[in-house]
Amino acid sequence: MRLELIPRSDVSSLQRTLAPLWAILIALLMGGLIVAFLGRSPLAAFKVYFLEPLTDPWALQELAVKATPLIIIATGLVYCFRANLWNIGAEGQLIVGTIFGSIVPLATVGMESTPWVLPVALLLGALGGALYGSIPAFLRVRFGVSEILVSLMLVYVAELTLDYLVRGPWRDPKGFNFPTTPNFESFALLPNLASEGRLHAGIIIALLCAAVTWFVLNRTLFGFGIRVAGEAPRAARFSGFNANRMTIAAFMISGGLAGLAGIVEVTGQIGQLKPAISGGLGFTAIIVAYLGRLHPVGIVFGAFVIALTVYGGEAAQITLKLPLDLTRTFQGILLFCVLAADALTTYKLRIVRGLHA
Amino acid sequence: MAEVEGANAPLCVLDGIVKRFGDLTANDHISLSLRAGEIHALLGENGAGKSTLVKILDGLLAPDEGRILWQGRPITLASPEDAATLGIGMVFQHFSLFDNLTVAENIAVAMPAGVGLRVLNKRIMELGERYGLALDPKREVWTLSAGERQRIEIVRALLREPKLLILDEPTSVLTPQEADTLFATLEELARQGCALLYISHRLEEVTRLCDRATILRGGRVVAMCNPREETPQKIASLMVGTAIPPLHDRDNRPADVRLSLRRLNAAPADLHGIALKDVSLDVRGGEILGLAGVAGNGQSELFEILSGERAAPQRGMVLIDGEECGLDGIDTRRRKGAAFLPEERNGHAAVGALSLPNNVVLSRHATSDIAPRNVIAFDRARAFSDAIIAKFDVRTPSPLAEAGKLSGGNLQKFVVGREIIGNPRVLVIDNPTWGVDAGAAVLIRQALIDLAAAGTAVLMISQDLDEIFAIADRIAVIHHGAVTAPRNVRTVAREEIGLMMTGGQGASHAA
Repeated sequence: MRLELIPRSDVSSLQRTLAPLWAILIALLMGGLIVAFLGRSPLAAFKVYFLEPLTDPWALQELAVKATPLIIIATGLVYCFRANLWNIGAEGQLIVGTIFGSIVPLATVGMESTPWVLPVALLLGALGGALYGSIPAFLRVRFGVSEILVSLMLVYVAELTLDYLVRGPWRDPKGFNFPTTPNFESFALLPNLASEGRLHAGIIIALLCAAVTWFVLNRTLFGFGIRVAGEAPRAARFSGFNANRMTIAAFMISGGLAGLAGIVEVTGQIGQLKPAISGGLGFTAIIVAYLGRLHPVGIVFGAFVIALTVYGGEAAQITLKLPLDLTRTFQGILLFCVLAADALTTYKLRIVRGLHA
Repeated sequence: MAEVEGANAPLCVLDGIVKRFGDLTANDHISLSLRAGEIHALLGENGAGKSTLVKILDGLLAPDEGRILWQGRPITLASPEDAATLGIGMVFQHFSLFDNLTVAENIAVAMPAGVGLRVLNKRIMELGERYGLALDPKREVWTLSAGERQRIEIVRALLREPKLLILDEPTSVLTPQEADTLFATLEELARQGCALLYISHRLEEVTRLCDRATILRGGRVVAMCNPREETPQKIASLMVGTAIPPLHDRDNRPADVRLSLRRLNAAPADLHGIALKDVSLDVRGGEILGLAGVAGNGQSELFEILSGERAAPQRGMVLIDGEECGLDGIDTRRRKGAAFLPEERNGHAAVGALSLPNNVVLSRHATSDIAPRNVIAFDRARAFSDAIIAKFDVRTPSPLAEAGKLSGGNLQKFVVGREIIGNPRVLVIDNPTWGVDAGAAVLIRQALIDLAAAGTAVLMISQDLDEIFAIADRIAVIHHGAVTAPRNVRTVAREEIGLMMTGGQGASHAA
């Protein structure tokens, strides 16, 4: 017996729009089943995971804080994924962004208030991510090296570099030997948006990134080139786009936004460098990018859905004693469901009996 | 016609086949019968319902109404595998082969598991001898010509010992000589009792080869005839529904040289490419220069360098309107007044997943007002696209349809229109009517004639000699990357050109 995928002739745009919602619904049912197997009530879990966070204003702020870096990274990934380039290393680009972005805030610790520190930090963060993102692109263009492997392996290089910095040269001398840098001065931090809660200006940057990306992809010639390069490389060449330049540009934008996300995290809610800044945001953003169908508006929604699973997971750990790994499991289930929903919208599954052909 | 039951009973009968897609009835009560030993032509314009019918016979689509009788028994075909098991073989217009695998390996992947390569090699050789399908099982596919590649597809189908073989536009990529070899093979197959369903738009070959013809128009059978007793003109008008207008010739007053190649030498861009050897050519405003040649002799390499998709080795090797532009990119050349149209519609000249207006942006963003300051003005692209649709009679499900939803002929009309609206001074076009129906071909050829009459220099690369002789003023031949000196089409003999195409006499370089 074997399975075959047969293209469906007419798929309406409504069906395509509804596919991720089906995916979320099915993922919820599967998640509920797992919770039941763990001996807890799926309904109680559903309430803790999804209902309470969405009805509590403090929790809503928390969701926005968690969604912020995911939106920024995932909109960056869109440039690569749409062009059929596989940037798996946003996590590394994010870390290098935090390193570059922290240079000036760390150099100004203990100084008088200087208004240009924060913007320079954000720009340097983006620059660091862009430069780090250009490495896999350059190696691919120049030597034909797989960008998947290079971008992924560079994640570990970045992690260990950050680890070295915060344990070595950048360690806070007054920090009781903890592997952290000194705290940034308040002028180097993103302003809070609410008097109570942790919502910071990063969400505005994130929504701006999504809006600009929407405009670039749908209205500019450059975005058109990205889409054509992904659909049909020869047509992109015919259209006058240089494939090498597009590859490097897409990776640099992607890396730049990951770097920006990193420094937004640091200046928005952490306030210093430590060995673990992101905890896998760069990888989670891949799920977000696909959950949002590589579309900026979809990504904003996707980021909030993922933020909800993270926040709900933490709440469930506290109130229901459910393991935090359940959150990761659920994110995995969700990604599979989204990909399957997309595949089954475009194709119809046919079971063919018999041994072969 | 009188049908005798018994010995000459039909092998396969389609009885009242209906297939609907939404509001569109692609097949409207189609009935036809196929007999062993007969070559039956299925004719019709694009969109007439030929592909749908063939897909039904191949088990890819299920009919909404009607029956299929196989040797008198009603059958259901649930998949191509069902069809193959029954004895229905398909040879598609587009080859589905792996370039880096050998002939035998390519055949093995399509066979049921458990057939060893050694056994297969032997059977390939046997079939080759029996039907004149010479193939070396151990050659890698990328080293083969289009004709040889097609033989792989045919052998692949024959190994399943079909009783009915369906061929979709089999000669579209072949030289006249290769086509003759194919016809001999098909006639031999028919003699041995195989039924053949032959789909083509080249009416000359249908009148030569086929015993019966069924003509479809708008999903219905409009006529059945013996093609040997009809003229191609008569059949063409049955297909289109009206008389096909003859091409209007023009006063031919070639003007200044608009496009030149000067001693162009270029190494191949990739492993499987062809090197261009010392190519020199002048195309004058007002003329159509036809470049004949068997596919894979450097046409695509030449097109790339002419268009600027790939830079020439030196600036002075390509001249547009007397200006050296060998190192310029395609957009710069377009701004100098040149337009280009590659052979492959899907994935090169157009992107199937993009809407028609976006496909206008694809090649006209540098030479129109649709992308001022690199921002796309979608309403202008839409207006441009609508103008093409109206002027070139493009039939599309909607003005915003994805290019991939159009039939081959209609998409080709669209991309030709896109390039020639605004009268470029130079047009380089590769196989302008490849795989399109008769009606679209006439419209496109007339558009090229009119364009030349308006003063454009047209370089038309084509594998269709009939096309070159129909509309070109001069003809040159490309063979192994070298181009012969152009000759006047009114004085040169076809046989001579055919010889040059295969590297025979006269295939020397142009000075």
